[in-house]
Amino acid sequence: MEQQQKPDLWKQLKKVSDTAWEIPQSFKQGMRVPARIIGTEKLVKEMDPGVYDQVTNVATLPGIQKYALCMPDGHWGYGFPIGGVAAFDAEEGVISPGGVGFDINCGMRLVITNLTYKDVQPKIKQLVDTLFQRVPAGVGSTGFVKLTHSEFKDVISQGAKWAVEKGEDGCIKDADASKVTDKAIKRGFNQIGTLGSGNHYLEIQRVLPENIIDEETAKAWGIFPDQIVVMFHCGSRGFGHQVATDSLMKFLNVMESKYQIKILDRELACAPFQSPEGQEYFKAMKCGINMSFANRQVILHRIREVFSEIFKETPENLGIKQVYDVAHNTAKLEEYTVDGKKKKLIVHRKGATRSFGPGHSELIPIYEKYGQPVIIGGSMETGSYLLAGTKKAEEETFGSTAHGSGRTMSRNQAKHQWRGEQLQRDMEKRGIYVRTTTFSGLAEEAGGAYKDVDAVIMAAEEAGISRRVAKLVPMGNVKG
Amino acid sequence: MKPYTFLDHTADVLFEAFGKTLDELFQNAAKALQESQFYLKTIDPIKTKKIRLKNKSVEMLLFGFLQELIFLKDAEQFVVRSCKVAIKETKKGKGFSLTASCLGDKLDLKKQSSKVDAKAITFHQFSVTKEKGVWKARVIVDI
Repeated sequence: MEQQQKPDLWKQLKKVSDTAWEIPQSFKQGMRVPARIIGTEKLVKEMDPGVYDQVTNVATLPGIQKYALCMPDGHWGYGFPIGGVAAFDAEEGVISPGGVGFDINCGMRLVITNLTYKDVQPKIKQLVDTLFQRVPAGVGSTGFVKLTHSEFKDVISQGAKWAVEKGEDGCIKDADASKVTDKAIKRGFNQIGTLGSGNHYLEIQRVLPENIIDEETAKAWGIFPDQIVVMFHCGSRGFGHQVATDSLMKFLNVMESKYQIKILDRELACAPFQSPEGQEYFKAMKCGINMSFANRQVILHRIREVFSEIFKETPENLGIKQVYDVAHNTAKLEEYTVDGKKKKLIVHRKGATRSFGPGHSELIPIYEKYGQPVIIGGSMETGSYLLAGTKKAEEETFGSTAHGSGRTMSRNQAKHQWRGEQLQRDMEKRGIYVRTTTFSGLAEEAGGAYKDVDAVIMAAEEAGISRRVAKLVPMGNVKG
Repeated sequence: MKPYTFLDHTADVLFEAFGKTLDELFQNAAKALQESQFYLKTIDPIKTKKIRLKNKSVEMLLFGFLQELIFLKDAEQFVVRSCKVAIKETKKGKGFSLTASCLGDKLDLKKQSSKVDAKAITFHQFSVTKEKGVWKARVIVDI
């Protein structure tokens, strides 16, 4: 399958508003709904042709509601585009591992401190070097938590609760460890507390006073001028990857023969959500969600330890607290109004973040007032964002917004353009101290390989699917 | 004939591998997968692991084989530098069986120079074809 030429594709888009562009059902045979790309004209025009192909493939899946969506940071992925969102009727629709991704519950966590730039700047190298030692990263990295297979099954059933031993967010109910294979357990049981690689990282960031956009929300969430915060990005490691692979293989075997579902890309293999296979994947995927929550919880513990050691204070006195943890690769049961009727939908977000607005019943009081926090990891050079969810996202995009800045350049191209060692030196001159296990991997993550994060976030705000609270700029980075 | 070539994909690793025989195709695809993760020369070929697989289709056999190399890295901390692959068509042409002898070493990032971790082989555009007597595989690796 070769990609179509872009100029022709662009002509087929229908402008719905300045930030919404529709690909009609006539674009491709079998589309059950139109596809809709959220973004400014410039962002949408610059998206690779793979996005058009993949988002319209998604539109052919049974039970899809309203439209197959792509967020402003969208780009060519596998199965769904990255930035892809699709909601399926929970009674008549499907569930697809290709709409979640292999890295189940890959997500972001934002941690605040009461330290300021002045406190941290003199110690930034020591901090990053120590975090680099204590939070394992890179190819095949294993964690410091030694577990048996049976203890690991507790982790995937209980998520971050397992790590904190008491009721706290970070556990999804009805995860069933009996639905995952031994292979998945063998791949993941020794990887808790590891970042992984690729675009995964742990970053120390600074809140510049001029970068606080919504002072009231920022204050309510514990963000203040010149503050130091820590953001990190990782997922469910080999465990989640294997759960996804196992389920894809299973779905490919039954999809056509048992359920008569035809798809345009095998990566979109799916099964009816209510079928035994669909439910098994849903429960196994929840184990992946919990593995990832536990992974991030253990990494948070390491961050607490390292800050405590270096600043010779308890984590409590340093004000180290999690603001929020967002998943950007999941499928979740949520309720929406479609054609005037309330419906249970299974919402797939692949490289997209949930963005519930104020008053949503699933949010705890502190977030109910302002909408949920949305954590956007930009590139390691340019900066990241803390946003708030909106009501309009619930109406327009099944409660979803972007997840990052979105790549624009292939890894090959990036490696030709930058050299990791030089990039590290250049970044240090600009006040960003970075450590990595791989210089080629560092070059692939250069800021220039990504879209302009400010443009992506502004597009999401103009579309009304999230609003800016604060921009966060990097000071130190542990690159996975 | 190049053994394999890396092509542009926005976020992941896309390669095409080639072989005059299926055995050679599989060996080259394995090398491409490993090279996307490591500088191959830094993996000492000092230990051996055997892989045995069966499948009805050549495509799914390759998928399973590459997936097995990822599994070895995570579950057994074994990184492969090269493989010797033998594929046989089973009796009555009902499928294929594979035996691979993989040379490599225990994963140790102090010894081996790494690039990026492969999470999974994807089915997106995954294919095995034969053109003018040369086998070709197209593979996108999620990283």
